[in-house]
Parts: sequence; C-alpha cells; structure tokens
Amino acid sequence: MQPLVSIADLRVAFNGVPVLRGVDIALQKGEALGLVGESGSGKSVTWLAALGLLPRQAKVAGSVLLDGRQILGAPAAELDQVRGGRIAMIFQDPASALNPVLTIRRQLSEALALHRDLSGETVKAEARRLLDLVGIPDAARRLSAYPHEFSGGQVQRIMIAMALAGNPDLLIADEPTTALDATIQAQILELLSSIRREMGMAMVLISHDLGVVAENCDRVAVMYAGRIVEQAPSHQLFADPVHPYAQGLIGALPPLDGPRRRLTAIPGTVPDPAHMPAGCAFAPRCALAEEPCGLAAPTLVPIANERSVACVRAEASRRALLRIAAE
Amino acid sequence: MNAPLVAVSAISRSYSMRSGMFGRAAAVHAVDGVSLTIPRGETLGLVGESGSGKSTTGRIVLGLEPPDHGEVRFDGKPMAAPGTATWRAQRARMQMIFQDPLGALDRRLPVGTQIREPLDIHGLGTPGEREERVRELLRDVELTPAHGARYPGALSGGQRQRIVLAQALATKPDFLVCDEPVSALDVSIQAQVVNLLCDLQAQLSLTLLFISHDLRVVRQISNVVAVMYLGRIVEIGLADDLFAQPEHPYTQALVSASPAPGRRSAGRIVLAGDPPNPAARPNGCAFHPRCPRAIARCAQEVPVLSAVGGNRQVACHLVTGAATRDAA
Ligand SMILES: Nc1ncnc2c1ncn2[C@@H]1O[C@H](COP(=O)(O)OP(=O)(O)O)[C@@H](O)[C@H]1O
Ligand SMILES: Nc1ncnc2c1ncn2[C@@H]1O[C@H](COP(=O)(O)OP(=O)(O)O)[C@@H](O)[C@H]1O
Ligand SMILES: [Mg+2]
Ligand SMILES: [Mg+2]
Repeated sequence: MQPLVSIADLRVAFNGVPVLRGVDIALQKGEALGLVGESGSGKSVTWLAALGLLPRQAKVAGSVLLDGRQILGAPAAELDQVRGGRIAMIFQDPASALNPVLTIRRQLSEALALHRDLSGETVKAEARRLLDLVGIPDAARRLSAYPHEFSGGQVQRIMIAMALAGNPDLLIADEPTTALDATIQAQILELLSSIRREMGMAMVLISHDLGVVAENCDRVAVMYAGRIVEQAPSHQLFADPVHPYAQGLIGALPPLDGPRRRLTAIPGTVPDPAHMPAGCAFAPRCALAEEPCGLAAPTLVPIANERSVACVRAEASRRALLRIAAE
Repeated sequence: MNAPLVAVSAISRSYSMRSGMFGRAAAVHAVDGVSLTIPRGETLGLVGESGSGKSTTGRIVLGLEPPDHGEVRFDGKPMAAPGTATWRAQRARMQMIFQDPLGALDRRLPVGTQIREPLDIHGLGTPGEREERVRELLRDVELTPAHGARYPGALSGGQRQRIVLAQALATKPDFLVCDEPVSALDVSIQAQVVNLLCDLQAQLSLTLLFISHDLRVVRQISNVVAVMYLGRIVEIGLADDLFAQPEHPYTQALVSASPAPGRRSAGRIVLAGDPPNPAARPNGCAFHPRCPRAIARCAQEVPVLSAVGGNRQVACHLVTGAATRDAA
C-alpha cells in the first residue's frame, strides 16, 4: 500500500549547522504516529520542513511524498493547497495562531472558504457544525465571540476546529496539550482520538511526554539529535525498548504507583548541533557505547516486524536474539 | 514524635482582582484554610492544577507575604515580622527554588559569583573560606569549579537549575521550598535533578516543601502529598499509596489523566468543563460542578478535610459520608 506521506532522508541545516540529519518516516492513511524526543531533537523542524514552513535561510534536502507526489520544494500555490487542506497543523500555543481582533466565525469561515470552496449559508452552518464537533458548548452563540473570551482548553478546541475546516487527511499536532492542565489535556487528547477515528484521519502527535504519545498512537518514533533512533508499535516500545536512549527515557520516568526506585537518569546533555560527536550522537551518554559507536552513525535497521532501531550495539544483540528464536 | 519544623495552621490569602476595565473588584481566594505540618528532614509534596494556590502557599510558608488569617510556625516559633532581626535569622534558614533558573540568575555575572552572593550578604566566613565553600557547593550539585566561571547563558537548563540549587544551599538552610523546580526540564535531565535533590536532602537532612503539577515527580520525592483544588486541600496522604488508591474524585481524575506508557486511554475519567474561576468559587464543594459523582449535598455544604483511616485525610461528602455510615 502506498503510504499517505513518505519522508526520506530529510535534512535541514541552519547557517551551515545540520539539525536534521536524515529522517525517514512513512505514514499510512488513518494511522496515528507519535514523535517523541528531548527538546531540540528536531521534531518540529521535521514537519515544518516537510510543509515548506521554515524560514528562507534554512537549507532543506531530501524527499517528502504526499500520495506519491513530491511536495518538497513544490510551487507556493501547490503548497498552499496542501497546508490546511490535505495536511493541517496545530501548535502548543494556540492563542498565537488566532487573530485576536476577529470573531471565531470570521476565522473559521475564512478557512472554510479557502479550502472547501463553500459560501454563504453553507459556510455558517459548517462553522457551527465544527464548533459543535470540537465540544464548544452553545456553539451557535459562541461563534460571534473573540479568542480572548475562551479558556485555554477551549482555544485549543477552536484551533482543532480550524484545522478540521479543510477536511485534512493528516493532522500534525505539535505539543497540543503541553501548555494545558492535566484534566484539560485529557479532554483534548480524547477529542483528538475520537475525531481521528470518526474521520479516518491520520495524525502525527509530537510530544516530549512519552505517556501522552504511548496512549494515543499506534506507532512511535523516537528522535535524538536530528535522527530517528527507534520506531515501534507503541505497546512494544514501552514494554521492550531496544535503543539505549529509548530505554533511558522510559527509565527516567518516575512511577505513579508500586515501589519507588531511584530514577535511572541519562547522564550528560543533548549535544550541541554545532559540535555533533562523530558516529552515534548518543554514544557520549550511552552506558553500552563501545569503540565502533564512535566511528560511523548507525542507520535505522529493521529488527522485527514493524520495528527498527539505529544502534550498533542493540542491533547486534537483537540479531543474536532473533537467530536464537528462529532456531 | 519530634516537633515538626514547619507547622502551617489554617492560612488564608485572598487578592482583589478586577475583571475588565469597568468590572467590579472580586476577591480571589487563592488559599483558603490550609493546614500542613512538615516533620524535620521530610518532604511534603503539593500538587494541583494551575491556579489552585500552590505558589501562594509556598510564599506564605516562607514568610514572603503574610497570610490574611492563620499562622505559620517555623521550628516552634511564629514567623517574625518581615524586616526584623529575628525574621532575617529565620529567613537565612530557609530558601527557595523556582521553575525558571534563568530568571533567578543574573545573566551578566559568572555563576560562581552568584553562588557566593548569599555568603557575602550574610557575612559568612573569610573571602578564602567563601571561595572554598563555592567549590564545595559546585561539587555537591555535581558540577566542577570550571562551571563556576561560566555565565548563565553558557549552561544548559539542567546545569542552571543546579546552580540555583547550589546558591540556595550556600547558607546551609534547614528548609527549602521548591516551586516547580524541574517542570521546565526534559525528562532525562529532570531525572538527574530529582535524584540530586533526593541525595542532597538525605545528606543534609533538609526539610522540603515540593510544589509541582506533575504527580510522578511529586511522588518520587515526597513522604506525604497534599492535593489542592481552588485554594483548599482536598486530599492528603502518604506518597506511597495516595496515587495508587486515590479517594477524592478529583485526585482520581488527576491520576487517571496522568498518561502512563503501556496503558491505552480506555477507562479514563475525563472531567467535563474547565476548572472554575477562583473569583467565582462554586458553593459547597468547589469541585462539585465537575465531579462525576456529585450529590445534592455537595452543592450546599463545604466538605471538611477528615481522617478516613490510615494516614489519609479527604474532604469529600461521598467518602467521609460513606465512612460514617460504615462505622454506624
Ligand atoms: N528558525 C531556526 N533557526 C535556527 N535554528 C533553528 C530554527 N528552528 C529550529 N532550530 C534548531 O533546530 C533544532 C531542532 O529544533 P526543533 O525541531 O524545534 O526541536 P523539537 O521540536 O524537537 O524541540 C534545534 O537545535 C533548534 O535550535
Ligand atoms: N499577587 C497576586 N495578585 C492577584 N492574584 C493572585 C496573586 N497571586 C496569585 N493570585 C491568584 O491566586 C490564585 C492561586 O495562584 P497560585 O498560588 O499562583 O496558584 P498555583 O501556584 O497553584 O498555580 C490564582 O487564581 C492566581 O491568579
Ligand atoms: Mg518542538
Ligand atoms: Mg505556581
């Protein structure tokens, strides 16, 4: 089956400093993919680059196919149709994406006119349907309100309504709940999941929170220093992480119940993109690192059905395990 | 039992807030009748969503602002009036750490100089001894003297938070209020700082008030945890079993909302609505409009924090009402 979106060897550099160093992602129709990793690992830049949203000085290379068509470097007119149409994006700070001096009706109507070619009464009805859909009570009346008249959670709901205006096939949600309180975060995540199921929409959920991603996605990709280091179905990644960085992230999370144990912190910090170590970028923080790790950057290699990992050490031990299992 | 280092009894604090340019001033009850005790060498965790009154409680406990009602006692004595000699002596024994280390540090000074500042201010030791103490503090927070020569901008977020911690420890305080100290850090770095705090607390027998919205981090570090909702404590109990067996419907919702790897969201309690405006606090139990189990009584009567067995106290008619029935 042809993937909905297929990113291959995506590279981005700012002022000659590489920050994305060859990212590969394939996303099927209707699939929910989680993208986790420490801040600065390149989660946002991956999708900003794919959608042509980076500032001009960013140097972008690689390939991004949407239904088999190249969209990287596509003409502006074509990209405008993709963005907000086939692919919509919502961000951590929804307030900054809304215009404070325009009513919600006006902003939703503009999005609908742009991407759906609707007009007059149909626009009004559709705007109201969308607000209803995202769970804004009293939608008909609230359409004439301004952004500041809504709470933080409601503003994020409105952003989701705006994103849905173009009937997208893919929603990129970049840290959509990071600024929200826990109980409101739970509401928004549930809303996203139910909408996704109803509309058969694919979703990329970007988050620094492993739990958020694990609970809401079919598959998870872990990023570190501009590369994907492990990809796996959610439940497998958390039950049985293979890459030492993925293991480290899970070990660093304090448990909510059961016995308390000392956290297994990952020593050191994320490398500065301008001073990337040779070989595996995680090696300087890795307890398992050995000489070969410093020689060449490991590539993402399949280790099992639907699973791949970029680690010389894990790969070797995994292969050994698989051979034993096969015999 | 030894006397608690910190004893907070029934403190309240309200602010007047004007909504809109012509709106009437309304009172925001930021903290409303909060009582806590922290035994020497232990950590009390305070959790709750934003606006629940955690930071205000922290500021009052430190004597940075007075409560409207109630009292804070430190080491058996009431907090002295700000500005007095007794107050300064008490204050030297307590310190605080905030979420944003960059905001707490001066970007124009090397961080080592900033760690030394409290020693200079309180005139502790000779210049040589102060330098030695700075080196010792840097070691305590697992940094090197070389880090001390750097400016805040040349350190990572986790390193800056260590500097702030070293600065707070300079005067050898007995008591530390930490307000969201690791909330801005990535998980892997957060774990380093949490481990460091646990180690230092044990080594230096520190008493801690640890404020965070993150249930996991609070549990990891605390002996006892209190859950706040709109200025009141709704549940308090031992960190070991509070989140495993939450009694208050709000605590249950918080636990349920806390994402857990390996669990799918099925069966989650999703609360309806937004947290209410603190300036328009609902009657009765402030949580009742969002509570999935509220009964008529909840809208009328404020539930009192009451013991429900073990080391748990809960402010909920459903829980304590049932407990009295069972006892009868
Ligand atoms: N406009 C920009 N100019 C220069 N560097 C940038 C820009 N945007 C992002 N970066 C850098 O690219 C790297 C990846 O950033 P980002 O994708 O935002 O990380 P994440 O979303 O994983 O936190 C970081 O080192 C960041 O500083
Ligand atoms: N100095 C102040 N002036 C006015 N209102 C305040 C002030 N400090 C806190 N508040 C209000 O008191 C309530 C509790 O705030 P805070 O203690 O900061 O909560 P938390 O730390 O749990 O987020 C909030 O509604 C907040 O807006
Ligand atoms: Mg980002
Ligand atoms: Mg606060």
